[in-house]
Amino acid sequence: MKRYLIIRLFQSLLAMLAISMIAFVLSHLSGSPVDAMLPDDAGPEEAERLIRLWGLDRPYHEQYLVFLGNALQGNLGDSIKWSGQTAMGLVLDRLPATLQLGGFAIIVSTIIALPIGVLAAVYKDSPFDSFGKLIALLGQAMPNFWLGIVLIWVFAVTLNWFPTSGRGGLSNMILPAIAMGWFQVAALMRLTRSAMLEVLDSEYVKLARIKGVPEWRVVWVHAFRNAAIVPLTYFGLIAGSIFTGSVVIETVFAWPGTGLLAIDAIRGRDFPVVQAVVLTFAGVFILANLIVDTLYAYLDPRIRYR
Amino acid sequence: MQDPSSETAPEAMISEAKPSLARAIAGLPVVPVFILVFLLIIPALTADFLAPHDPVTGSIPKRLKPPVFFGGTWEFPLGTDRLGRDILSRIMHGAKVSLSISLVGILLGGVLGTALGLIAGYFRGLADAIIMRLVDITMALPSILLALVLAVSVGPSFQTVIAVVAFVLWALYARQVRGEVLSIRERDFVARARVSGASHFRIIWRHILPNAANTIVVLATLQVGSVILLEAGLSFLGVGIPRPTPAWGLMVADGRQLIVSAWWIAFFPGLAITLTVLALNLLGDWMRDKLDPKLKEL
Repeated sequence: MKRYLIIRLFQSLLAMLAISMIAFVLSHLSGSPVDAMLPDDAGPEEAERLIRLWGLDRPYHEQYLVFLGNALQGNLGDSIKWSGQTAMGLVLDRLPATLQLGGFAIIVSTIIALPIGVLAAVYKDSPFDSFGKLIALLGQAMPNFWLGIVLIWVFAVTLNWFPTSGRGGLSNMILPAIAMGWFQVAALMRLTRSAMLEVLDSEYVKLARIKGVPEWRVVWVHAFRNAAIVPLTYFGLIAGSIFTGSVVIETVFAWPGTGLLAIDAIRGRDFPVVQAVVLTFAGVFILANLIVDTLYAYLDPRIRYR
Repeated sequence: MQDPSSETAPEAMISEAKPSLARAIAGLPVVPVFILVFLLIIPALTADFLAPHDPVTGSIPKRLKPPVFFGGTWEFPLGTDRLGRDILSRIMHGAKVSLSISLVGILLGGVLGTALGLIAGYFRGLADAIIMRLVDITMALPSILLALVLAVSVGPSFQTVIAVVAFVLWALYARQVRGEVLSIRERDFVARARVSGASHFRIIWRHILPNAANTIVVLATLQVGSVILLEAGLSFLGVGIPRPTPAWGLMVADGRQLIVSAWWIAFFPGLAITLTVLALNLLGDWMRDKLDPKLKEL
């Protein structure tokens, strides 16, 4: 167990390192990063300062180490567009909003997807199962940005049930959470359904039935607890894609989170901020996967000895 | 449960009568193929001479015309946008963009991933370890973020979108193909080929690759839909296909602010994406059930 966790931890660090390398290489793609890192009206002394700070007059591998050292201290330079603020500071300011919406979307999609997935397996080939399939098919085909726009059009503007955009109370989160979560609902539901079908066919479920355990207990206690491990493994993936989905959804709903910050930064060619967002998102994504793998190893002993 | 062990898969292929082309076509799911042909393939191939209007230059006096059954005329069946460009013509040209991005991207990512997957699975050892770590890292990097960085550092273009698509896909292929190769390489015919003195290259090319082909084809079909979604999302954010090229995601972005007064600008391109991806997913599921039931979980 310990060995497995250490290996996973090491892999996560390696992935993070590789991502920092990619971010570094890409910042050099367009020529001198000074052009990317400084506003257009910056004078030569500012360029000079940046060159010294980032060691841009030294060889590439040294530059990378300087970059890495600065990044480890959370220093990714100053924002170009929002003057007087550091790139990392901006990202951290906006992070709670993204976590709030993303967390809400994950909770809502889980609450919707798991019961539908279980019931679709229990009542296989019934109208309910077909209904579930339809929801899944639509969820996996609709582009989330378009879904968001259509939701605003129908439910916020025409019916006036929800606000169109911005951050506020619960009513502000419902439409973005649906637009963000429908795809995940589809994936989670399909996984739960196929896992349940497999478990419902197993010996111990048959034994429970023979023993006269009530059907609802068979389904929700005996079967579901064993089937739930399959969707759990995909949770890291889902958390990650919700996070990247926030870039799109926050743009559509003008939700003031990290995703919107990233797009604003791109429009303003604010390279330090883009870099900070990318490294933060990658970090969260990798962390989520690490947590899921750890949990999974606890729940399923077979994994530890792979 | 129905998961056939690695030993039975190729036998099953032999014992089942090989489907003739006619039988294969007769068995195709009708509705998805119909949607794909009329929404993606025909428009993509014929947009240049069948589209009723120019997709890029519009006429300002004819701006914001509604679709034909909503107070418009047959001149612009799906209405016009803010610059007076015909939505129908733009959707037809957009099909060309979606189709070419997904074909080129999948081909590039698929060839790269398949090659690396073959190497990792066949040679094992160090090559395997390195390639699989790279796969893990790639999968840990969210695709949209990569596109964001590329868009800022080299600017959005057709090529950057292709690069992002290929980057996302290669890892998927490498992992799946490697898994497949691991079981194929233990089979008798590979051992016999080795004994008869075949080179590594010949074994991989003639004996292993053909047996992994079904997986590769199914994976490609299953991926077209998500690649179209990815491209549309990137273009919507302004980090994919640059304006004024008519791409579906860009068109939705153009109509976003006008969704109340001129809903058709954003609605129809989004509907085109939804129907196309829906059809592709259905077709992909069908292909998987036919050719490679092992890939059930994807």
